[in-house]
Amino acid sequence: MIITKNLDVPDLDNIDVYRQHGGYEALAKALKDYQPDQIAEMVKQSGLRGRGGAGFPTGMKWGFLAKNGKTRYLCCNADESEPGTFKDRMLMEKNPHLLVEGVILTSYACGVSTAFIYVRGELAYATRQVERAVNEAYAAGLIGNNILGSDFSLDVIVHRGAGAYICGEESALMESLEGRRGYPRLKPPFPAAIGLYGGPTVINNCETLCTVPSIVQNGAEWYASFGTEKSKGTRIFCLSGHVKKPGNYELPLGTPLRTLIYDEQYGGGILGDKELKAIIPGGSSTFLLGPDKLDTPLDFESIAAAGSMLGSGGVVVIDQDTCIVAAILRMTEFYRDESCGKCTPCREGTYWLTEILERLEHGHGTEGDIALLLDICDNISGKSFCPLGDAATSSITSGIKLFRSEFEYHVKHGHCMVGTCLVGA
Amino acid sequence: MISEETKQRMQSLAARYPVARSAVMPALYLAQQEEGYITQQGLCTIAEAIGMSVDDVESIATFYTMYHQHQPGKRIIKVCTSISCYLRNCDALVEHLEKRLGIKRGETTADGSYTLMTAECLASCGTAPVLQVNNEFVENVTLQMADTLIDELDGELH
Repeated sequence: MIITKNLDVPDLDNIDVYRQHGGYEALAKALKDYQPDQIAEMVKQSGLRGRGGAGFPTGMKWGFLAKNGKTRYLCCNADESEPGTFKDRMLMEKNPHLLVEGVILTSYACGVSTAFIYVRGELAYATRQVERAVNEAYAAGLIGNNILGSDFSLDVIVHRGAGAYICGEESALMESLEGRRGYPRLKPPFPAAIGLYGGPTVINNCETLCTVPSIVQNGAEWYASFGTEKSKGTRIFCLSGHVKKPGNYELPLGTPLRTLIYDEQYGGGILGDKELKAIIPGGSSTFLLGPDKLDTPLDFESIAAAGSMLGSGGVVVIDQDTCIVAAILRMTEFYRDESCGKCTPCREGTYWLTEILERLEHGHGTEGDIALLLDICDNISGKSFCPLGDAATSSITSGIKLFRSEFEYHVKHGHCMVGTCLVGA
Repeated sequence: MISEETKQRMQSLAARYPVARSAVMPALYLAQQEEGYITQQGLCTIAEAIGMSVDDVESIATFYTMYHQHQPGKRIIKVCTSISCYLRNCDALVEHLEKRLGIKRGETTADGSYTLMTAECLASCGTAPVLQVNNEFVENVTLQMADTLIDELDGELH
């Protein structure tokens, strides 16, 4: 397809091999034929939307950069940590030059002279790959002063995170880059106005930036010919959980969930040919969907209409034999552990959600616990400082809505109705 | 003991960024690489090299989980226990490793060889269950593979 094209070419991580397959041609073309504004316009016209989670139109985001003469920055958000998501790691490990080219092009389009690539700390190999690609690009005159003889100059710094999910939130990422604890900032001001070091800053996800070279190379219309009316292009869906063939699959937006999960080319069906119980469509921060939503097209609008979010593209499949209370407990533990502690609703709320789910799971729950969970969710969602708090409640509210009887069974019988977790029995 | 060379590397990192304190995270990695974990002396060296107070550096070191506050084992095994690995039975893998190593998650073996930890989603959900040994991936891990892995690591260590 587009982003994963050539991914299986041996030694694609080597700059020469990358160039043999058309790498850095988009950059040469941009510097020779286009003004920065034209590149930004092209990306706007392509309809590309952010692949990190929020799905904000990329070109529009670039257009918001304050024109105040202050030094502008680009941050690539490669802090991939959303449970169920594993695409950026693959891109960085296998095709790091694609990301580097995307960073250079975006910097050119946005008038940026210093760009940062913030790679998640746990991804040591991906970090080394990106660092090596950046060094190769410097040596080849693709980063540095007067790139390819143009008057465009750029410095790129690879910054390694150190274990904090919250740094995937853009304002926390900037705090982290500035050498502080990764606490989110109050918005507004948005990064496009006052961002890194106080300068106008554009922050894009790794996959988003990896898409830019092909748009520049092939044009906005070409890119917009993939996908749906409002969700254009392709994206990588990270398929995991109870499927026969988990993995990363790049598909045009609008492909039905059923195709991704059941088609022989992709997921190949449920592991052990069991029945499907639930789907997490966009990483663990998104609302669970039931099997009745299998024919929903995977695009921003359709998944929203079905009651969830396309999020980071992490599609997690859960089979019929899974205890939904236990699965939700596991997801909630993540948010408890990763809450940065800055605001009370999230810090205390995620702790208590976990405590209550744990007692339900282990057969010590009471009748009031289900209502209590929903009450706490209501006190966190929309009342936390950043979206982490909201995210922590998604699986719980949607899980209770879809599978209330399982929660009630846990209260009544002290164990699970599906038989896999008989801890309290 | 942080070497003079490492201290100089910290100083050049500070010069590399638009603002010196941005170098605190990479500097902490350098200190940890040299001493195994973040020591008081490590904090002081960083503070001096990039012009921050020691408390300030420590507040960063204690926020991010990859900076060790104590000496870990020579091989740090992190097993992912988030949702996708959970659905692929990572809990059995953790329990298996606990038995094999004779320690609980979060602990270090008495001889200082291994630290066993659980980790949040490691971005390897398509090849679950997954673990890391000193931050390098081992994917699609079966219990048998885990045993072979420990045999190999034992061989490296002894």
